[in-house]
Amino acid sequence: MSELTLVGLSHHVAPVELRERVALDLDVAAALARSLGAAVCLSTCNRTELYVDGDGTAAFAALEELAGEPLGGVVYRLHEEAAALHLFRVAAGLDSLVPGEGEILGQVRNAFEAVEPGPLLDRVFRQALAVGKRVRTETAIGESPASVSSAAAALAAQVFGDLSGRRVLLLGAGRIGELAAASLAARGAEIAYVANRTVATARDVAGRVGGEPLSLEDLSRALADVDVVVSSTSAPEPVLRASDVPQRHRSPLFFIDIAVPRDVDPQVARLEGCFLYDIDDLEAVVAETLAGRRAEAARAEQLVADEAARFRAWRASLDVVPAIASLRARAEEIRSAELAKVRVSDDERRTLESVTAQILNKLLHLPTVRMKEAAVGPDGAMYADAVRHLFGLEDER
Amino acid sequence: MAEALFWPALLGYGEAALAYAWVRTSRLATWGVRLGWLAQTALLAVQAARTDGFPWSSWGGSLNLFVWFVVGAYLIWGCRPRFRLLGLAVMPLAAALFVLARIGGGTDAGSRSRYGNLFLVLHVGFVLAAFAGFTLAAALAALYLWQERRLKRRAADILRLRLPPLQTLERLQRRTIGAALPLLTLGLVAGFVRLRERGGSFDALEAVTLATWLVYGAAVVARPAGRRAAYLALAGFALVIVVRVALAGSHFT
Repeated sequence: MSELTLVGLSHHVAPVELRERVALDLDVAAALARSLGAAVCLSTCNRTELYVDGDGTAAFAALEELAGEPLGGVVYRLHEEAAALHLFRVAAGLDSLVPGEGEILGQVRNAFEAVEPGPLLDRVFRQALAVGKRVRTETAIGESPASVSSAAAALAAQVFGDLSGRRVLLLGAGRIGELAAASLAARGAEIAYVANRTVATARDVAGRVGGEPLSLEDLSRALADVDVVVSSTSAPEPVLRASDVPQRHRSPLFFIDIAVPRDVDPQVARLEGCFLYDIDDLEAVVAETLAGRRAEAARAEQLVADEAARFRAWRASLDVVPAIASLRARAEEIRSAELAKVRVSDDERRTLESVTAQILNKLLHLPTVRMKEAAVGPDGAMYADAVRHLFGLEDER
Repeated sequence: MAEALFWPALLGYGEAALAYAWVRTSRLATWGVRLGWLAQTALLAVQAARTDGFPWSSWGGSLNLFVWFVVGAYLIWGCRPRFRLLGLAVMPLAAALFVLARIGGGTDAGSRSRYGNLFLVLHVGFVLAAFAGFTLAAALAALYLWQERRLKRRAADILRLRLPPLQTLERLQRRTIGAALPLLTLGLVAGFVRLRERGGSFDALEAVTLATWLVYGAAVVARPAGRRAAYLALAGFALVIVVRVALAGSHFT
């Protein structure tokens, strides 16, 4: 009988130096999976895992060959329900560095679709993709940003909705400011200006993120023309005072001040149409959403556990299927043999065929159902053995 | 028959009012709104079929029709799990008003109408539809002010308890008022034609309705943004409440 086995390593057990040696791009991972027969290779920056229909010996050897060293201490090897549960948790983002991140589901899909993995892996991966989708739609685990920069973009979306076409002023050349600008741009915003004390630095940053380089003297002009200001200078004094900000009656102006000391005068928050978040506010928002993520993660774990139980039930039902098939074949054989001995007209034979078939089906229905039910529990194998013994089916195993 | 349709409609609205309280049940709530509204539509159809003329002439009847307009407007603009909190603002109000409509006898079938005149039917229909729109606009304005306050105060849970974006709320509120004001205008014109036909006198309710028209007219013409627009929508809605609750008795008798 086929066996689901997982052999792999991840950020939980393996250092980055090892992970980068076994990390494979999609094509190479698919080629490796194909070389192992019925297998799927899931390789990301955080994990390389081989799911195989077999005992996993060849998969383990393949991983060691990639790593170029013995991997006994860092590789996990899981079987059947444990392997399925692990895959479901991975697909749901529950095993990720940032719980609930959504990218992994696409990576699982790509790894699965790159190969033809055979019926067992086909079933378990389809179930994993469905679980991942359910977790994302039925829980809010993926809705919360996990970093200051993504929180800044999510907050801007709380003001403007769709950020497409919103204009951003990036003030300063701080790394987190650039990340926040990138998060805004990823949501469709346009980096319109990059302002810095030295225009040469502004030009460098603008080269990376886009936008028109400006000196700080041109700030007032830029402020009248943007929707979002991301500030991360290293200036010891506020760079933007309330008096610098033009009146906003028609559309809001959203300030993200990531600098310490702060760049934006706190009085700006009192202006009509202006919203100001500093680094402490952003960190508080992230902490709050992470707490929410943990609560949602508990719900997601329950969903995943239910699916793993379904997988176990399916696998267990496969144990009794041969016994059920043998029992039905034996019964049909007896029925056919006894009918062959009877001399009757064609019409009467048809009637007898129909009646005896119905009797057989009714007799075997309940034992079939009971065996499938028992298969999920610890007595499943005993039931199957008892049926084989009682009906003399041992030779047909 | 009308009796049999009232309860499913109330059940749908009641279920939605409760289910909008939690994120995980908000999808169920939207189904409650849809099914409840269908049941109420059937109830109105039965009332229309069994009544000679306009069946929502009483205070309770007009409230019944008003609830149908409010929920209908909500179905058009905001009946999405994402607008859960708008549903939480609108559906309990709709369910409560629906119960009031029943207490006022507005959900019975077979009563004889006093409204045979076409202008009067148009007047009531347009005015109630407009008021439903203003009710929804007020709910959007209230959500706007709440969201704006949370953003100003930098509430840490702002991404956990998500409201629709500020500008989305403002845009929907402006569109709702923009759609409802022409209806109120038509309703008022129909009412004045009827008034001239019968030579009746101008009462307090009509004066306040005219003031309501002026407030929302100002909102459409001056196009205030942000908090000002929200306050104006709520001020207009305060007048709608006066018209619907405080002065309705005199006008309907």
